[in-house]
Amino acid sequence: MKIKELTCINCPLGCALTVTLDGEKVIKVEGNTCPKGKTYGEKEVTNPTRILTSSVEVIGGKLPVVSVKTASDIPKNKIKECAAGLKNITVQAPVKIGDIVLENIGGTGIALIATKNVERR
Amino acid sequence: MQEYELIIVGGGPAGLAAAISARENGIERLLILERDYELGGILNQCIHNGFGLHTFKEELTGPEYAQRFIDQVFEKNIPYKLNTMVLEIEACGDEKMVTAINKEDGLMRLKTKSVILAMGCRERPRGALNIPGYRPAGIYTAGTAQRLVNMEGLMPGREVVILGSGDIGLIMARRMTLEGAKVKVVAELLPYSGGLQRNIVQCLEDFDIPLKLSHTVVEVHGKERVTGVTLAEVDENRRPIPGTEEFYSCDTLLLSCGLIPENELSVKAGIELSNITSGPVVNESLETNIKGIFACGNVLHVHDLVDYVSEEAKKAGQQAAAFLQEKESDKKEKTIIIQPEGGIRYTVPQKIRTESMEENLTVRFRVGKVYENVYVNVYLGDKQIIHKKRKKMAPGEMEQIILKKSDLTQELKFDKIIMKLEEA
Repeated sequence: MKIKELTCINCPLGCALTVTLDGEKVIKVEGNTCPKGKTYGEKEVTNPTRILTSSVEVIGGKLPVVSVKTASDIPKNKIKECAAGLKNITVQAPVKIGDIVLENIGGTGIALIATKNVERR
Repeated sequence: MQEYELIIVGGGPAGLAAAISARENGIERLLILERDYELGGILNQCIHNGFGLHTFKEELTGPEYAQRFIDQVFEKNIPYKLNTMVLEIEACGDEKMVTAINKEDGLMRLKTKSVILAMGCRERPRGALNIPGYRPAGIYTAGTAQRLVNMEGLMPGREVVILGSGDIGLIMARRMTLEGAKVKVVAELLPYSGGLQRNIVQCLEDFDIPLKLSHTVVEVHGKERVTGVTLAEVDENRRPIPGTEEFYSCDTLLLSCGLIPENELSVKAGIELSNITSGPVVNESLETNIKGIFACGNVLHVHDLVDYVSEEAKKAGQQAAAFLQEKESDKKEKTIIIQPEGGIRYTVPQKIRTESMEENLTVRFRVGKVYENVYVNVYLGDKQIIHKKRKKMAPGEMEQIILKKSDLTQELKFDKIIMKLEEA
């Protein structure tokens, strides 16, 4: 049995959750005051994920950088590694919102997409 | 001289939503004036996600949220001027005069029948914080650092201490970490954070960045460049406790210590401001004490979610349109004051003309400290018209209640509403 303590992020209440695990299996979530807290607690201890947002350099654009995000959430423990990998990435202007900047970021199988339009200089 | 029906000062989220709504309500001759080189305002530097959950039912980044509105401005052919600074707004009777300047047009005097103030807010700078020590390079407001990193591709420093746990500070703790900087600590003067719960978890806890509550910077070290800061714990009167000092070496200090509505233009125009919100005092139509001048977004009061800014601005656009289309404008109307008491710091609007009010009026407010299990009660004289339980309330979370016109027009003898927090 393993016990993990965390704070629910669904609303300002910020319930202190206690999740009890048997190996990888969630036995119970306590401290939540709504069903969202239970779902969050279960996911957060078994498969925590986040959307990564950052910016990458643009070549030949009106702006020096373009903001980007992962098309869907990626494992939390990959965030730092994926962000560090963006240092050497450049894109050619023009860039449009939704354009794919990287097909598969850090081997996650998730694409990195632009979140801003940058015109050609 | 050019003549307009409506001039909107500011092309950020509030200005954009106000312009779109005014156009949808039939206003043709309108103009947005924006001082930056692009529309979208602060959203352009807020590249993190979490915007639009209420408005679009999906999670967008700041630039994506802004673009949804910018696209509508383009589709509706709403005119705007960029790189344009508004210098003055004057009200002379029914006419208003807006003085603005840019490189193409030079100095412009624009005549208009109405104005929407949508100038947003700015960060409290170091000078307003009374931090002792030298004035070396390396001290930035969190928002300035955000603009440098996210829009200009520049890094303000490598070893960072953040003072203040407002949302921008928390967001920048994560952002600087992801860009390779070491964020050593976030210090917060108050015993609680003013930031959203999800930001504390996802921006600090995810990266093991400590949050020191009831702590402040008591000294900044370094003459040319910051070399470190000394933090100390503070007592309940926010005074540093001797013996608790701790040195942190760093080359950068970011400040996230609150936002102030930007109302220099409003003051010069003769608009009455609230000394609590630092924004204009408005009625149910978001109209200031000057007829035909409306306010919305962060210039009115600082919001935590852009979705609410858009909603408020949409209303300001509707109300400006209604004002312009109104035939007879000098209705004698009864005005009711909303008086915040017992824990409620302020409300927006601050007053209501009952005749002009829509059936349901959203009143937004903030509380002064953290409360648990309290009731928001609204009274007309002795009569309680609203009684709502809240499990938890915090100064960092904007609250709202809905007032019903029918409740206010039944009891005609009262000229104020009392809104307060009470224990069960």
